[in-house]
Amino acid sequence: MKETTEMLSINRLHEVVTDILMLARKEGADAAEAGAHSETGLGVNVRMSEIETVEFHQGQGVGITVYFGHRKGSASTNDLSHNALASSVAAACRIARYAQEDTCAGLPEERLLARDCEDLDLYHPWDITVDQAVALALSAESAALDFHDDIANSDGASVNSYSGARVLGNSLGFQHGYLSSRHSISCSVIAQQGQDMQRDDWWTVARRADELASAESIGLEAAKRSLARLGSRSLPTSQCPVIFDATIAGSLIGHLISAISGGNLYRKSSFLLDMLGKDIFPDFVHLHESPLLKGALGSAPHDSEGVAVSAKDIIRDGRLASYLLGSYSARRLGMQSTGNAGGTHNLRLDSGPLDLSELLREMQRGLLVTELLGQGVNTVTGDYSRGAAGFWVEHGEIQFPVEEITIAGNLKDMYRGLMAIGNDVERRGNLHTGSIWLREMTVAGNQ
Amino acid sequence: MTMDNLNIATNQLLVPAGLDGQKLEKVLHHLLVPGVDDADIYIQASHSESWVLEDGIIKEGSYGHDQGAGLRAVSGEKTGLAYCDSLDFDLLMAAAGNARSIVKSGTSGRQPVKLAPSVAGHYEHALYLPSSPLAGMDTESKIGMLRTLDTMARAMDSRIEQVIVSLAGSCHWILVMGVDGVLRADVRPLVRLNVSVIAQQDGRREQGSAGGGGRVAYEWFLRDNRCHQYVEEAVRQALINLEAEDAPAGQMTVVLGSGWPGILLHEAIGHGLEGDFNRKGTSAFSGMIGQRVASSLCTIVDDGTLPERRGSLSMDDEGTPTESTVLIENGRLCAYMQDRLNARLMGVPVTGNGRRESYQHLPMPRMTNTYMLPGEHTPDEILASVQKGLYARNFGGGQVDITSGKFVFSASEAYLIENGRITRPVKGATLIGNGPEVLTMVSMVGNDLALDTGVGTCGKDGQSVPVGVGQPTLRVESMTVGGTRVG
Repeated sequence: MKETTEMLSINRLHEVVTDILMLARKEGADAAEAGAHSETGLGVNVRMSEIETVEFHQGQGVGITVYFGHRKGSASTNDLSHNALASSVAAACRIARYAQEDTCAGLPEERLLARDCEDLDLYHPWDITVDQAVALALSAESAALDFHDDIANSDGASVNSYSGARVLGNSLGFQHGYLSSRHSISCSVIAQQGQDMQRDDWWTVARRADELASAESIGLEAAKRSLARLGSRSLPTSQCPVIFDATIAGSLIGHLISAISGGNLYRKSSFLLDMLGKDIFPDFVHLHESPLLKGALGSAPHDSEGVAVSAKDIIRDGRLASYLLGSYSARRLGMQSTGNAGGTHNLRLDSGPLDLSELLREMQRGLLVTELLGQGVNTVTGDYSRGAAGFWVEHGEIQFPVEEITIAGNLKDMYRGLMAIGNDVERRGNLHTGSIWLREMTVAGNQ
Repeated sequence: MTMDNLNIATNQLLVPAGLDGQKLEKVLHHLLVPGVDDADIYIQASHSESWVLEDGIIKEGSYGHDQGAGLRAVSGEKTGLAYCDSLDFDLLMAAAGNARSIVKSGTSGRQPVKLAPSVAGHYEHALYLPSSPLAGMDTESKIGMLRTLDTMARAMDSRIEQVIVSLAGSCHWILVMGVDGVLRADVRPLVRLNVSVIAQQDGRREQGSAGGGGRVAYEWFLRDNRCHQYVEEAVRQALINLEAEDAPAGQMTVVLGSGWPGILLHEAIGHGLEGDFNRKGTSAFSGMIGQRVASSLCTIVDDGTLPERRGSLSMDDEGTPTESTVLIENGRLCAYMQDRLNARLMGVPVTGNGRRESYQHLPMPRMTNTYMLPGEHTPDEILASVQKGLYARNFGGGQVDITSGKFVFSASEAYLIENGRITRPVKGATLIGNGPEVLTMVSMVGNDLALDTGVGTCGKDGQSVPVGVGQPTLRVESMTVGGTRVG
């Protein structure tokens, strides 16, 4: 592999982190942590067969946390010169002197820190020129525009490629850096019949360019999805079964993750307080985290505090098997960090035997949701009410597209009423799940 | 005042970097190859701080400092952007070379844009003081304010079990040099205070939150009891939610409160009237100028010129002075909101709506403060007119699908209206509607126009910018309410 900008810059970021930790010691801090990152990227966007934008990205930054006893202060800057780092460290120290003693604040326990981090194969830069990126974006869009006469307009197609370097260090002697890359192709087009206009999109994302789906397939899928939405109408208000299509089913698990995360638990801002070891889902539901998968989109060698990460069950046989904690929230709860400071890494919800069309047949009559609108989820109470679009299903088959409806319920009931998880697994992200069928929600519409 | 901005921004941005107007002109010349129709250099520095009180103690604070420059070249409908984090002449020249690469060699016919001689920028309005809020109040006073609010919230009701108070302030120094070679400057303060509480009763927990801010100094929160009102409001909302029953589901008459519920306008019609979507014909409002899109009771403006408001700007991020644009007058669509690119391509004037999150992002048409002008009914008359319906007094966030026109916004405090009277509180629910239709169903407009308290942040294409909204109390004949209770 030739030496890339990122490989050069990771050495620079190591120097920056070392510099900050030394500056913090000089300022009298008892403990300190520094995370530095840099990123380069190219983004092109085409629309109606013409280049629309070409963006050259290159950024950097550093975050600093210092502790004076149990008093904490933070600072950040994108200026990595020694003078700027010194004044940022001084600012963090000034703040710490005003913060109050909080016995739970501090670096992670030394024994929990990651050691001998292995290479997770996350860095595969894409040697692509602007012209090549433009050509790929154009072929995605033209596949969509050529597919059908009703694909009359476009929001454009884009190709993005990012490479980055990240170094984390703390005053306990932990210091580790790694490189990563992320590439994507996306397309968004508009289907039109008379006054009726519908937009939909499709995309592919991967660490390695050769793992991306073809640009043509992205354009074709965007076109098919937009066309399928033509003629959408609302529904009468009723209670009925709902299937969340795999592309959006992950959001249901996202609400679970939020509710069992340390910050919401110790603040008692969660509808899942005191549920560890208790039933949340039916017993066929299993959710795992696998942070160290080679080459996967959500992988990381350690959490955002440097704590070691390892595979674990989050939901086992429908029961909550683990909270998701960083050092601070763990101490608040009298527990130990689960290596989830900064979030989760590679979640997988185990699939059942049925694909989406089989799920629809089993459901017979109800709603298939393919898009959600708005943020109407209350993590404190679990109350759920969001805008939706999708398809109405009768006799086990799609009848017509629907829009301008809401779906509502309470997440606790929705989780208990989970009927099945499809084997149509969505893999483009940190959470892999099939479509999710829920027994009943309230659907509101104006028909 | 206006020369102040230029002097302050020049001293903050150019002097420490060894840059000056002449050097920037060289960079601009480097951008202006034949075929380039428009170009700019956008230089920005910002600093920010935040303080958080939780569990009755000052738990953490942070300070941030960022700077950089974005170089943009526009040719026809094509735009190139490159940026650098250091204000270094050689890096600026290199970034200019990248940005202009969207113009292919062999492009001919157009001459390079001529530069006018460099003169200082001047503005018709200065809407806020060009000084950073961070230094305007000492740290003890900031912390003292948070402590006072925490104590006050806990004393208001024994059911309050959790209080989080956060204070944030920032200042952005902006310099823009456009193709005319004129250097334009803005110094933008922004502060924000938020109180969020959780109330508990018999094991049931509910939250309430309130806050505000603007392009002002921190002292603003102490004037007219503003910060105390946030505490009262957050506690009041949490306690009301403890009593709330399941919300109804289905179509019904809805009365929307004044102030922040103006997010209705932002989502239902605001985004659909941004110039880029209309140039591309991807908005449900495309090609509808002059047509009736709202009841004749509705006049809606986007006004970036309100002093000290969160959504206001003395100039937009392309150096165009902001203005008050009438979007809808007595129900008819009058104008879209424009940046330079879309105004040029559509052959209409700019409206001062070209905004970008930072030097790392491209400008696009964005809203500033969007609100509806008042009508003639008192809020009581409006409520009394409804036999059965929903009164949505306050809201959380919203979202819109520009192309289909479908939008949602979520009530955070709502009540049933029965026989012209507010009866019981109901849980928050999402309301959904169709942008081009919903305002045609506005049948009464209140005389109580209020703008929000200064809390709005709008996201578009991954870029966040501060905005304002407002409206009087409105009666909408029919909307779909996304509760759980059927029948």
